[in-house]
Amino acid sequence: MADDGHNPDDAARSPPSADTLALLRRRPVQAVAIAAILGIAAAAFAYTGGWLTPDRLSPARFVDGMQQAHGVFPGFRRSHAKGICLAGTFMGTPDAKSWSVASVFNGDPVPVTGRFAESTPNPYAPDSSDPVRSMALRMPAEGGEWRTGMNNTPGLPVSTTEDFFALVFATAPDPQTGKPDPAKVQPFVASHPEMAAYLARAAAKPLAANFVNDSFNSVNGFIYVAPDGQRRLVRWTMRAEAPFSSLSQEEREKAAPNYVFDDLLAQVAAGPQKWRLIATFAEPGDPNKAAELWPEGRREVDMGELIVTHVESEAPGNCRDINFDPMVLPPGIEPSDDPIAYARSAVYSSSFRRRMGEPKSPSAIAGRSAEAPQ
Amino acid sequence: MTHYFNGLARVLHWLMALLILTMLFIGIGMVSTVSPRYYELLTVHRSIGIVVLVLAAVRLINRLLRPVPPLPADLPGWQRFAAQSSHLMLYVLMFALPLVGWAMLSAGGYPIVIFGSIPLPPIAPHGDQLFAVLRTSHSVLAFLLFAIILAHLAAALFHRLIRQDDVLKSMT
Ligand code: HEM
Ligand code: HEM
Repeated sequence: MADDGHNPDDAARSPPSADTLALLRRRPVQAVAIAAILGIAAAAFAYTGGWLTPDRLSPARFVDGMQQAHGVFPGFRRSHAKGICLAGTFMGTPDAKSWSVASVFNGDPVPVTGRFAESTPNPYAPDSSDPVRSMALRMPAEGGEWRTGMNNTPGLPVSTTEDFFALVFATAPDPQTGKPDPAKVQPFVASHPEMAAYLARAAAKPLAANFVNDSFNSVNGFIYVAPDGQRRLVRWTMRAEAPFSSLSQEEREKAAPNYVFDDLLAQVAAGPQKWRLIATFAEPGDPNKAAELWPEGRREVDMGELIVTHVESEAPGNCRDINFDPMVLPPGIEPSDDPIAYARSAVYSSSFRRRMGEPKSPSAIAGRSAEAPQ
Repeated sequence: MTHYFNGLARVLHWLMALLILTMLFIGIGMVSTVSPRYYELLTVHRSIGIVVLVLAAVRLINRLLRPVPPLPADLPGWQRFAAQSSHLMLYVLMFALPLVGWAMLSAGGYPIVIFGSIPLPPIAPHGDQLFAVLRTSHSVLAFLLFAIILAHLAAALFHRLIRQDDVLKSMT
């Protein structure tokens, strides 16, 4: 390496202290070479960062698109803005640990926090205007933590991130009517058969009356790692134990603007609310595409029970300040090759970064809480 | 007087140069895409970042304990100042970037897991404004680090190709 016998003290090798510019002029080729090396390094950096390829779909561009098409309420999630925090316990069934080695399934009670929400980016939207509801959860686990964000929708209208980005614009509300513009939706449906199938599925599915009798789907596929090392493609559903009921559109519109949250607060105040985590395992050949449901008859395993005993409005330090990134997974649960799950991770991070720095104001569900009696 | 950095210093210098440059490219590359590369690169980013922090600590101790070669005696004063202050900044940033990365995930309420299943404790309280400040700092400091590394590279080549002195040799 260093010791080549040359004496670095050899004064003749060092030029006399001279004007640096004059030195550069004496060796123009070397000076240009140095400039070129710097230029190449800077260009490689700029290319990697996407500044030379504005067409690359970055998380920031995705969130910009959502804001542009659907509006933005600073300080709030760019999607699922109207929500309330939850707390409770999860306990795995005796069977669960033979399907995934994640410690949350070991049968011990696990403390859970999370968030119920509606998908609108508007934290003041009336509940009757938004049929898409969500449950997001986080639980501590050995070697990490498990976070999941689930929706009540029967799959997604599309299966790729690029299609989802196009969908964001196709479903932008018309400023006149406040509803998606059929002139934009129609061509999208026509060119995306998945979307037509989704609309048919969604129309056939009655909307649950409230949060506690609604069920929430992972939609995206993940991998459960079994004790014998076998890795299985899985989707899951938090299936309500409360009996299903539904309201007509007229009843919904006549109800109070926050009736879904009012109901939730009243129901939790009356007693713990329960869901069962049902895992559905794919069979070989089942598509890992969020817009395609798997055929009936797939193996379903009851992985455990979620009991919600507490709900409270968003406030500093509670679920408000958490990013329910569905790719925060503990050992025993792994990502699959469903591209939407990866895109969610990147996009949620960008939404989180923006909203955390913005001034906060209360949503329509402010200053409320309920605790289930023991 | 020594003419060379000791062996450990030279090994750490080139290893960390590689790791830190890789980290800078991984960092800006991952936040530029919604593809699976975002998640895959971020997973690697956290782990290498903590490795850099550990190596930086070893390097600093070695730097304080072992003699280092002097700059050429005839170096103009401003270049001497630029060399010393940029080296100081490189040391500061070598610690600051991984520490800010770790602290910002703490402030964001994230679990901090490296190498798949090694959880690290939070080193900052959970808080929205703190997260925002640290997240912006992580970007600003990363760009500053890249700029100083470019200047450092230019200076090394200037010594080797233009001044033709033995500064680069002292580290190779
Ligand atoms: C590419 C597709 C999707 C995009 C771009 C997207 C975008 C977003 C964004 C920006 C947020 C706000 C994140 C934050 O600031 O914390 C959000 C929240 C949420 N998303 Fe998505 N989403 C997508 C697909 C899905 C799917 C498939 C599901 C469910 C199966 C889902 C469920 C949720 C839930 C539950 C929340 C709220 C979490 C909470 O209450 O904090 N999203 N989404
Ligand atoms: C040598 C040390 C490190 C360097 C050079 C570095 C560099 C970078 C760069 C250039 C970015 C992109 C900045 C931007 O968005 O403008 C970034 C983002 C990030 N870094 Fe680091 N980093 C280092 C260490 C760490 C460590 C130790 C952690 C965590 C343990 C970390 C976590 C992150 C995270 C979470 C992001 C942002 C992801 C997002 O916003 O979605 N970094 N880093």
